[in-house]
Amino acid sequence: MSMQIPDRPRTLAEKVWEDHLVVKGEDGQPDLIYIDLHLVHEVTSPQAFDGLRAEGRPVRRLDLTIATEDHNTPTIDIDKPIADLTSRTQIETLRRNAEEFGVRLHSLGDKEQGIVHVVGPQLGLTMPGITVVCGDSHTSTHGAFGAMAFGIGTSEVEHVLATQTLPLKPFKTMAITVEGELKPGVSAKDIILAVIAKIGANGGQGYVLEFRGSAIRSLSMEGRMTICNMSIEAGARAGMVAPDETTFEYVKGRPHAPTGQDWEDAVAYWRTLPSDEGAVYDAEVFLDANELEPFVTWGTNPGQGVSLNDVVPDPASYDDPNERAAAERALEYMALQPGTPMKDVAVDAVFMGSCTNSRIEDLRQFASIVRGRKKADGVRVMVVPGSARVRLEAEAEGLDRIFTEFGAEWRFAGCSMCLGMNPDQLAPGERCASTSNRNFEGRQGKGGRTHLVSPLVAAATAVLGRLASPSDLPAFEKVEAL
Amino acid sequence: MEKFSSHTGVAAPLKRSAVDTDQIIPAVYLKRVTKTGFEDALFANWRQDPQFVLNQPAYSGASILVAGPDFGTGSSREHAVWALRDYGFKVVLSPKFADIFRGNAGKQGLVTGVVAESEIETIWAALEAQPGIEMTVDLGARTARVGDVQVTFDIDDYTRWRLLEGLDDIGLTLRNEDKIAQFEARREAWRPRTLPVR
Repeated sequence: MSMQIPDRPRTLAEKVWEDHLVVKGEDGQPDLIYIDLHLVHEVTSPQAFDGLRAEGRPVRRLDLTIATEDHNTPTIDIDKPIADLTSRTQIETLRRNAEEFGVRLHSLGDKEQGIVHVVGPQLGLTMPGITVVCGDSHTSTHGAFGAMAFGIGTSEVEHVLATQTLPLKPFKTMAITVEGELKPGVSAKDIILAVIAKIGANGGQGYVLEFRGSAIRSLSMEGRMTICNMSIEAGARAGMVAPDETTFEYVKGRPHAPTGQDWEDAVAYWRTLPSDEGAVYDAEVFLDANELEPFVTWGTNPGQGVSLNDVVPDPASYDDPNERAAAERALEYMALQPGTPMKDVAVDAVFMGSCTNSRIEDLRQFASIVRGRKKADGVRVMVVPGSARVRLEAEAEGLDRIFTEFGAEWRFAGCSMCLGMNPDQLAPGERCASTSNRNFEGRQGKGGRTHLVSPLVAAATAVLGRLASPSDLPAFEKVEAL
Repeated sequence: MEKFSSHTGVAAPLKRSAVDTDQIIPAVYLKRVTKTGFEDALFANWRQDPQFVLNQPAYSGASILVAGPDFGTGSSREHAVWALRDYGFKVVLSPKFADIFRGNAGKQGLVTGVVAESEIETIWAALEAQPGIEMTVDLGARTARVGDVQVTFDIDDYTRWRLLEGLDDIGLTLRNEDKIAQFEARREAWRPRTLPVR
């Protein structure tokens, strides 16, 4: 809105916040913040629509609201009725609510259906300098564009539907500076897993994380989305990356991107968003990209991670008694012994998908490793594109054939085995290398054991049947450049 | 949300401390897709016991719950408040509430009054002397009265004001509807629109 530009240097987060102030809170009251984009899915919206209905309230801005089906949707036999009654009821409820209130909905089978955090960016709805909310903690993904994006609860979903605003107290800011150049085989996922291991699974509580530095600048939008997506796994409210030419290039030409003079106005504004020189953060963290190795989690929270070249840590090495107890519990659940090299850990399954790593670039990275190879015997490999459009794009490039010839299952779009709300689940005791975001107990299925990894590590692991990086693979004559 | 000034109804003594939200509504009931209709889920496990206070005929239709300390601890589930509200409760009195539960209650119009533990015990005695006796809760005066017993309770000024005015968060925000409309009028044209579909 640029009503008045304060003199003091401001951070990216402060600029976006201040440009969305409808009412400045006084005497300890929250600010009232305008929401530019509200993404809706089937799990956290039913009670919100029910609340609107009870009060006779409409959706205030249908043109700033969009819904898709993702958490419960099956990834095979999508033309058949959903077998699980609870899942089917949630999907059918969303369809009824969308029709009654007039909300744009992309249902299973529609070419724009998919994981809500893949759909927003691919439609060009996610753009710099906007506020984005969704009843899903991984809404932080959209911060990769220089948007302020965060997950909300069901009462807040109702609040945004009714008012297009939220009463909120400002978040603190933390700069996470990643300088240097990534080695081959090291990617965005390794950066964020290393950041979470460094600051801890609660280290970001109350903060908006701003990722900056040369290693972040050189990432693609997909890579930046992976990093912002997992900001929530450090306990942060949101993650952000300042918009630059990479961002503008990604947004330009997408279905809902601005055009003509609107585009010119938008880019001119977006260029003002990066944090000012001298802007003060409440906390700062530094990470050397040059030294980074592929990362993997060994425990049951995303902060319990090590370099893939490292060993399973010994709980006795932790000074903090709570951390030690947590490590002991985690190793028991994960059935791992201290001192075991991570690369000796054999897996039963590999999951390539989720809102963290299911975009076309992620699939290309996975394909670049498995192309011309065969998966390890006895390992189940599932590739789940983030959206129906990503699936189409991958098929147009022939990636689907690379996956199926490798021995992987090529599925339809959705959240799938990231959280197992649909039938895609691990069996008790099964161990999985997963490109998703949470390694909580039972997250991918009751008794399932999750190791969080990048698409490159997932692919190498699928080839060898044990945790591995691409550099561990035997050289083979390159067929042709992908 | 309806304005709350005072309420008179049957008060039930729940003589337990640390009533957590898993007891108020077990997890199995969270799969529902509605925000109403949770009355059967309230204290679902405890209600299987015929001796449980809410199963006693004198307390049928109770709308005021007088509980022990640390009411509403545990999971943040907003469903706990929905279940109390759907069952018909308007007020819960306790010496101490869990923060998240209390915040959720304020959003849904459920009054949570803090009463000193000794006074809760006095109230319990009064309720048990005459099961089914009505209690009057005056939010403006911050008093609860049953028979000869009258106590004052604590509730924060902001929540009390919102309840007296009948303002849920949405209602409160909509008081600024003119400011929201003004903000919308000056939003730039480049900002995203989901409609029309492109």
